[in-house]
Order: sequence, then structure tokens, then C-alpha cells
Amino acid sequence: MLQGIPITSVLIVSAFMFFAGVCGFIIRRNMITILMSIELILNAVNINMVVFNKFLFPDQLQGQFFALFIVGIAAAEASVAIALVINIYRRLNSISVDKVNEMKY
Amino acid sequence: MNILNLFVIIPVLTVIGILFTKDYKGARVTAAVGMSLQLLTAVILVLSFFAQRKAGVHGDFLYLSDYTWFKTLNIHYCVGVDSIAVWMLLLASIVVFAGIFASWQVEYLAREFFISLILLATGVFGFFISLDLFTMFLFYELAVIPMYLLIGIWGSGPKEYSAMKLTLMLMGGSALLIVGLLGLYFYSSSAGPVTFNLLQLSKISFPLAMQRFFFPFLFVGFGILGALFPLHTWSPDGHSSAPTAVSMLHAGVLMKLGGYGCMRVAMFLLPDAAHEMSWIFLILTTISVVYGAFGAIWQKDLKYINAYSSVSHCGLVLFALLMMNKTSMDGAVLQMISHGLMTALFFALIGMIYGRTHTRNIDQMGGLMAVVPFLGVAYVIAGLASLGLPGLSGFVAEMTIFFGSFQHPDTFHRVATIIATSSIVITAVYILRVVGKLLLGQLKEKEYLEFPDAKWYERISLVVLIVPIAMIGFYPTFLSSTVMDALNPIVERLTAML
Amino acid sequence: MNYSLTILILLIPFATFLFNGLFGMKLKPIISGLIGTIGLGVITLLSYLTAWQYFFVDGMVNGTFPKIIAMSMDWLHFTDFLTVRIGIMLDPISVMMLVVITTVSFMVHIYSLGYMEGEKGFQRFYAFLSLFSFSMLGLVVATNIFQMYIFWELVGVSSFLLIGFYYTKDSAVAASKKAFIVTRFADLGFLIGILLLSFFTKTFDFKTLTGSDQSIFANAAGVNFMGISVMTWAAILIFMGGAGKSAMFPLHIWLPDAMEGPTPVSALIHAATMVVAGVYLVARMFPVFYFQAPEALNVVAYVGGFTSLFAAVIACTQYDIKRVLAFSTLSQLGYMMLALGVSGYGGEEGVGYMASMFHLFTHAMFKALLFLGAGSIIHAVHSNVMQDMGGLRKYLPITHATFLIACLTIAGVPFLSGFFSKDEILVAAFHHDKLLFAVEFLVAGLTAFYMFRLYFNIFWGKEKHYHHTPHESPKTMTIPLMILAFGSIFAGYIPFHKLVTSDGMPFESHMNFAIAIPSVLIGLIGITVAWVLYKKETTIPERISKGLGGFYTAVFHKFYFDEIYLFITKKIIFNYISRPVAWFDRHIVDGTMNGIGWLTVTSSKKIRNLQSGNLPQYGLVFVLGAIILVLVFAFII
Repeated sequence: MLQGIPITSVLIVSAFMFFAGVCGFIIRRNMITILMSIELILNAVNINMVVFNKFLFPDQLQGQFFALFIVGIAAAEASVAIALVINIYRRLNSISVDKVNEMKY
Repeated sequence: MNILNLFVIIPVLTVIGILFTKDYKGARVTAAVGMSLQLLTAVILVLSFFAQRKAGVHGDFLYLSDYTWFKTLNIHYCVGVDSIAVWMLLLASIVVFAGIFASWQVEYLAREFFISLILLATGVFGFFISLDLFTMFLFYELAVIPMYLLIGIWGSGPKEYSAMKLTLMLMGGSALLIVGLLGLYFYSSSAGPVTFNLLQLSKISFPLAMQRFFFPFLFVGFGILGALFPLHTWSPDGHSSAPTAVSMLHAGVLMKLGGYGCMRVAMFLLPDAAHEMSWIFLILTTISVVYGAFGAIWQKDLKYINAYSSVSHCGLVLFALLMMNKTSMDGAVLQMISHGLMTALFFALIGMIYGRTHTRNIDQMGGLMAVVPFLGVAYVIAGLASLGLPGLSGFVAEMTIFFGSFQHPDTFHRVATIIATSSIVITAVYILRVVGKLLLGQLKEKEYLEFPDAKWYERISLVVLIVPIAMIGFYPTFLSSTVMDALNPIVERLTAML
Repeated sequence: MNYSLTILILLIPFATFLFNGLFGMKLKPIISGLIGTIGLGVITLLSYLTAWQYFFVDGMVNGTFPKIIAMSMDWLHFTDFLTVRIGIMLDPISVMMLVVITTVSFMVHIYSLGYMEGEKGFQRFYAFLSLFSFSMLGLVVATNIFQMYIFWELVGVSSFLLIGFYYTKDSAVAASKKAFIVTRFADLGFLIGILLLSFFTKTFDFKTLTGSDQSIFANAAGVNFMGISVMTWAAILIFMGGAGKSAMFPLHIWLPDAMEGPTPVSALIHAATMVVAGVYLVARMFPVFYFQAPEALNVVAYVGGFTSLFAAVIACTQYDIKRVLAFSTLSQLGYMMLALGVSGYGGEEGVGYMASMFHLFTHAMFKALLFLGAGSIIHAVHSNVMQDMGGLRKYLPITHATFLIACLTIAGVPFLSGFFSKDEILVAAFHHDKLLFAVEFLVAGLTAFYMFRLYFNIFWGKEKHYHHTPHESPKTMTIPLMILAFGSIFAGYIPFHKLVTSDGMPFESHMNFAIAIPSVLIGLIGITVAWVLYKKETTIPERISKGLGGFYTAVFHKFYFDEIYLFITKKIIFNYISRPVAWFDRHIVDGTMNGIGWLTVTSSKKIRNLQSGNLPQYGLVFVLGAIILVLVFAFII
């Protein structure tokens, strides 16, 4: 599947995704968007996992399995996070992270 | 089964028993029964220990038993006692027993109170029976922590502040201590596997550089608990806020842990550094002795007076230990026992008087001797013991210390001794001042006339403390000579290094 | 011969103390009093038997009275050399003291049955008396200096308890406190003295210390401190202890105040027995003083001489009859100290030592009599002050007669006991130091004067207005007076030079008329002056005191010594030592601790602002941190 595509191109894509995620995480105020940014970060990592697996150990599958794990965990995490966000929304009528700073001490 | 285990098992069972009681009456009765058994065990231990000694059983420690509870780090539950530990256990049992009766009237959260008190006692008992330094440290911490709750919840005055101060300073001491203990532990590898066992550690001679580094940690760590100047300030605040039984236990037994630890751990295991650095601590303790006594003169709160007096007397314990000869160290142990009983008696009485007058300011009291003669006489006896009247325990201890310390041929030690002796006059001044203001003279308030004299439980508590004070004062030979026997290995190790 | 029964001399009073102390409150007062009195009667008898046995049945061994250890048991073990033993040692002075103490104590026990009747705390009083008797007897029979120190402290505390017997009276409480603290301060000297002595000689035992073997002092040879040999220091410090108990100048201030105690107590403790403990101590250690520390002996002599003059002068101006007697006691104690100070050792040389013990013996009799007489007077008129008295001889015939005998005895009228003992002291002083002799000679005159000033003021002069007619005291009080009067008259005929001497060997003593006659004359002059001034109430004393002006005021205020001490203790020690120490502790030492706490709290408050709770900020910091780490790992390492 990946024949002919050099590894660098794939890595550039994943790096873009990763930094887009990081930027989104830092800049955006909406919690849902932040969650989506986290998904981006995780998926960037997934791509890396698969690519490196393919290029370094073509006859093994650990990297791909790991990517599957991450997908699963990301799903679980997203559902918990959404639950939290809903609860926060119920209490504060807002899902902006600026409002949620009560945990500071 | 080893009788020493009972010293941990009985308090734990008592605590469990108290959990099943319904109200304060049940709690205090359970506590009293448990601690009576404890006292009985201590008496049996004393009797059987000296019966064995008489039968010719040698060995520095008897009733040894060993059980590994943390194999990876080679930490054991290793117990054993020599005659000093036996006496200290008896002292602790007496004070705890008296303390239970002195807090007979606690009703607010009584179950929790007695549970904490007995946990504290467990820590003390465990400390004295342990020969494994880590287990010893564990019990030491067990003794310190309930103190916070006891003062913070059942105390009086600025109790949160005092409790916090006391706990933080003692924890600071523990921090120093654990550094010192780890030092001993890791350097013990020179003679086989690393160990916390006191008996094995005492056979090792540690390199001098290591001793110099770790001795101050251990000595100061224990010294804080022994009210070493200038780290004694937890004592006045802590004692004045603590409830009666806690003051008794704390001044009577817990402060002795400090002196005992200094002797058994710091000086015994690191003798070279003890010799080299003793002068610094001697100066500090000499200051403590005189300074505490002068500090007490000015105070108006009964508990403050007694707390400063404890600083002075406990200073004398460390002072005598640092003199490092058999007589003075014997005096130090006698002073620990004597001060333990006497100061517990003082705090018990102060609690009882406070329970009637609701003030501890001596300016507001007077002439109480006429209304509460039993308490008054007991207070005078405590005072006389404290100022070193022959026939009571304080005299024996102080004289042994002074005569032991004076045997040093060099001027520094003897001048220090003479300065320390001056405390007997200053002690007389503040004791008589208190007795005069508190008990003698005209009654200050009309309603004082209605005070009841000591109740039966108060009498038990006082008599249990007065009797040993008088017994030691009358016939010190046995106590003193058995303590001297137990000091042999320590003194040998200290003098062998000269 | 064995003296095993002597142990009862200590055990019986102790037993009565415990019994009366623990169960006294449950008994009827009179039963408690009788228990104490009978107990004391038994030991008085035992002491007499012991004395008889010691002096006349067993007698001398090789020409000296031996020191017999009747009992000894280990009490506390200090080092290999120093072991404290509690025991009983019999030698001439301890046997003599046994007789003195038990006699006076027995008299006081009987007397108190009447005097203290109906007082609150009667049983307590008897318990304390027993405690005192026990401690005092233990003190005199001590076999070693440490045992002496133990009982020394115990008599101190019994004195404290008895002076403060009326504990609701502030002045009594203050007096008891003062007595205890002053003597305690002196005892500190005593203790340091014992420390020094025992350090160099390696022994506590009197037998070894005062024996002929002087090699035990070899260690101390050549050891100096501030230019004075260490044995002299030890001796002076031990004397300091003695001076405190015997109320020598400048530690005398507690004794006049101690008169706040009940009068029988003043008679027993503050006149006849406890206050002579200091004299007894110096006598006990006499060979050590004489051979090892002759300079210290000089100090003893001069302190004694000065005290006797000083106190006699003050006694002439006081109005409280018990205080006059107290100063008189001071003065007489000065005599005894001086006699020891000027004494030599052995044979006729040791006449001062003998005279001192002799005077101690006779003084105990007549001073106890004076105090008990004063008690009888106070009992009758309910006042201590001379101005409230006058013309009492009609109402109190027995008291009057016995008081007069005592006054004559202390004034040194021939053929009464005081004459003999005082004469010996003057002889000893004359041979040693003419200045001291002159002082003592003058004091003899002053003594006669102030005693008769007291006597005339009480029993003669104008009758005062009494609340009720004064009546003679009950039999329990007058019988002891008569017995003591008998003792005061005849005690002088006991041949002390045959029995109690510095080295235990008897010697021949002769009356020295060149000294005896002038001393009698000056005594008579003193009496005459008092007779002229005070027999009838005149204005002459007032005019004289006016004429003396400032000097009189100073004397009347006891040279302001109380004020000076008060200044030192209240102002200097309290305000300039104790208060700063307390302040230092609260603010500097504790302040440092609190400062550390404060620092932790404040710095953590500053730091916690870093934790904003703002999620994106955390993320930024995290990412930046990760980038920095990557750079660090990539380029630096």
C-alpha cells in the first residue's frame, strides 16, 4: 500500500497533524475543540506507529497493534471527557476552559 | 510467646475493644482495664527479668525474638530488653495507667480520645522493645502522629497552632533521624548484608568521617524530642494546649524517647563522633538546664512553668549522657525515670486543678491547700521531688548526675557541672513561688470554697505516681545498680574509643 | 558493746511522722499529739541510755573516745570509690547532740500539747515535728558527709514546712519561702564543697576524712584555683552551707523572719537544734579545716565574730520579743562559730572546739527556755510586741521565774551554765586573736543589756491594758519550762573537757580568772544599764535613740539587709535575668521557629500562583518543556 511513498512524506503529514493538535490544544478555548485537538495528536502518533512499523520491522505487527490500542483508548477517553464536559456545562453553563480554573489549588 | 509482644498486642486489643463500646463510660472502662493489664504485664516483666538475671542469665538483652517482615530491605521486627528498657517500660505503663484515670472525665468524643491515647502508648511501648532501628523509628512515628489529633481536638487555648507546631518540629526531628538511620543502614554493609539491627550495628566500628556526618543528624533528631536547646520551643506551647493525659504522657514518657534514643542509638553506635562533638552539645544542654529554670521563674501559667521546668530537667538528662561516664549516664537514666513520674504527676495535678478553677494563671489562685488538701499535698510532694528533696526520686537522680559529671578531670566538664548544679537553687525558687501562690495564702475567690477534693479516680492516678517517686527516693540502690549493669556495654564502647 | 538499738532513734520518729502524716487527720488531735510525744519520749530515753553507755560504760579506748559505726547500709553507689551509706556514727559530739536534740524536742512536744491546743492542723504539726526530729537526728549521727547533706536538706524542708505552718498568713508563707531559698543557696555551696572534697579525697566518710591519715589529701596538694588552694575552697564552700543553716552574716536574713512559725517551732528549730547544724558541721569537719584549710578556719572565726556583734547590736533595738530572741540566737551562734575558728587541735589547744560544743549544749537549754517562755507570754497576752507588755510578773509567776533564770544564764552570771561555756570561749579567743576577744567581750555586755531590756520590758514597767487578765499557762507548758530551767542552771557542771574534745582525748581545764572576772563585770554592767533604763518606764531610751539618729534607724532596720536582698532578688533576678530569658525564649528562639514557619507559608503562597488552573497554559508549558528537553538531548548531550 505504501509502495513509492517515501517515509518522509508520511512523517511530514503526521508532524503537521501533531502540531496542529498541539496548537489547537493551547489556543482554543472550547473544550470540545480541545478534545478534537487531542484526537489529532493521538492520530498523528498512530500514523507514526504504523509507518515506523512498516519501515523498520515489516514482518512484525506490534506497531499496528499498538495503534489499534490507541484508537480504543482514545475512544474511551473521549467518552469520559465528553461526560465531564457535559457535567461542567451543566454546572457552569459554559464549556470555555477559562471558566474551569477552580482546581488550581 | 515472648512477653514483649504483649506490649504491642494489649494496646491493639484495647483499641479494638474500645471500637465496640457505645459511650464514653464504656470507652474509659475498657481503656482502664486494658492499661491495668498492661501495667500488670510490665510488673511481671520486671519481676521475671530480674529473676532471670539473678538466676545468672547473661547477655545484654533478654527476651530476644526476631521476625523478618520486609525481606527485601532486611527489616525485622526484632525485640529484646535490657534493664534500662525494662524500667522504661514500667515507667511508661505507670504513666499511661495514671493518664487514663486522669482523663476519666473526658466525654467529648471519648472513644476516639482513648483510641488515640492508646495508639500513642503503643508507639512508646514499641519504641522501647524494638532492637531494629527501622521498627523503632516506625513506632516513634506512631507515637508522634496521634499527638497532633489529641492536641488539636481535645486541647485548649490556641490548640491548632500548638498542635501544628509540635508535630512539625517533631517531624523535623524525624526527618533528621531517618537520614541518620539510613546512614547507619548503608554503612553497615562493611560487615555483611545491610541491616537495621542494633545489636549487629553495635559491633561495627564506622569510619570517622561517616560518624562525623551522621552523628549530628541522629543526636539532634532525638534531641528535639528531648527538648534540646534551642529546639525546645514546641514544649511550652504543646504542653500548655494539650489535654491532661497527653501532657502527662508527652512530658512523662515521650520526651524520654529522645534521651533514650540519644543514648541507645546516637552515642552507642557512633561513639567517636560522640566524643568529638560532645562539647558543642554540652554547652547547649548546660544552657538548657539553667535557661529553662530561669524561664520558669517568670511564667504565670502553671503549664508553662512546668514545661520550662521540663526543659531544664530534660536538659539535665542529655547533659548527663554527654558526660559519658557510667555514673553520670546512670544518673541520666534515673533522671529520665524520676522526671517522667514527677512531671506526669505535675501535669495530672494541673489538669485536676484546672478542672476546678478553670484558670491556670497563678495570680488568680491562692489558698487552695485549705479546700483541696489531697491535691495540695500531692502538689507539694511533686514540687519537693522536682527541687530535689532527699527521700524523693529527684534527689537521687540529680546527685548521681552531679557526682558522676564531676569525676571528669578536666576543667571544662567540671565548670559545666557547677553551672548545672546552680539549677537546684533556681528550681527551688520557682517551685516555692508556685506553691506559695497556688496553695498557700488566703483564698482568692469565694466560690473556690465549694471545690470537691480529689475524686477516687484522681486519687488512683496520683497515688500510682507518688508511690514510685517515694520508693526510688528511699531505696535507689536496686534501680541504680541494675541500670549501671545495663550501661556497661554502652560505656565500654564509648570509652574503648578513647 | 553494741548499739544496735540506736537505729530506733531514727526509726521511731520516722514511723510517727508517717503515721501522723497519713492517718493523722482521721485521729483526734490529742491522740495524734500523744503518739508523737510518746515516740519522742522513748527515743529521748534511748539517747540518754546511749550517752550513758558511750561515755561512762564503754568509755575510752586507748585514751580517746572512739568513733563507733553502730549501723551502716549502702544506699546509693556512685563510683568505685564513692558510695553513699546511711548509718549511725557515735562519737562524743554526735552523742552529745543526740541528748540535746531529743531533750529539747521532747520538751517542745510536751509544750505544744498545751500551746497548740485547738489549732487547725494540730496533727499536721505533730507530723512535721516528728519529721524534723527524724531529719535532725539523722543529720547528727551521719557517718559520712553525703548522709549529712541528705538530712541537711530534710531539716531544711521540715523547717520550711513548720515556718509556713500558718499557711493562710502571707507573712508566714513569705518567711518560709525565704528561709528555704536562702538556705538552699547556701546548700549549693555545701554541695559544690562536697563535690570538690570527694573528688580529691575519693571518700565521703567522716572517719576517713577526719582520721589521722592525711595521705587522702595528697591528690589535692598543689591544686590551686584563683590563688587559693582547692581544699580551702572546699572548706569555705562547706562552711557556706553551714553559714546558711546557722544564719551567719550575710546569710542571716532568713532567721528573724522565721519567727513567723509557731513559737515551739522557733524554740526547737530556730534556737536549739537546726540552726546549730552549721556549727556542728564545722565541728564535724574540724580536722579537715584545721590541717588542710587553716585560712578557711580564719574565715569561720571572723564571720562568727562579726555576726555575733552585728546581731547583738540589732537585738538592742527590736521590739518584737521573738525577734530579739532571734537576733540573740544569731549572736550566740556567732560565738560558737568563732570558738571553732580560733580553736587549735588536741589537748588544751583545742579549748575553742570544746568551748563551742559546750556553748552549743548550754545555749540549747537556755535559748529553748527563753523561746518557750516567750511562747507562754504570747499565749497569755496574744501579742508579740514588747510595747503591749509590762508588769507581767504577777500574772505569770512560773514563766517569770524561769525566764529570769534564762536571762541570767545567757548574761553570763556566775555559776549558771552560760557563764562556764562563755568563759571558755573568751579564753580561747583571747589566746588566738585579741581583736576577736575584744569583740566578744563587748558582745557579752551587749547580750546582758538586751536580754534584760527584754526582761524588764515584759515583766516590770507599767501594766498595759489587757483584753483579759493574763493567766499562767497550763501544766503542759510550765513543766517543760521548769525542766529546761533546771538544765540551764546545772548544764554548766558537766565536765565537757573530759568528754567532748577536738581529738577525743580529755584534758584538764582551769578557770581563767583574769578573763572570767571582767566578763562577769561587763555582764553586770549590761544588766545594770538595762535596769536603769527599763525597770520603770522612762523617756531615756527614747532620747538615746534620738541622739543616735541615723545610726539608730539603720540598726532598727537591721542595716537594711532585707531590703538589699529584696532588691537583688525581686529587681535584679526577676527583672534583669528571668524576664529577659522568658522574653528571649518567646521572641528570639521561638520567633526563629515561627519565622521558619512563616517563610514556608509565604513562599508557598507566592509559588502557588504558578498553578493557574488554566488548561491551555499548562499545555503550553508542557510543550515548551518538551521542546527544551528535546533540544537539550539533541545538542548538548
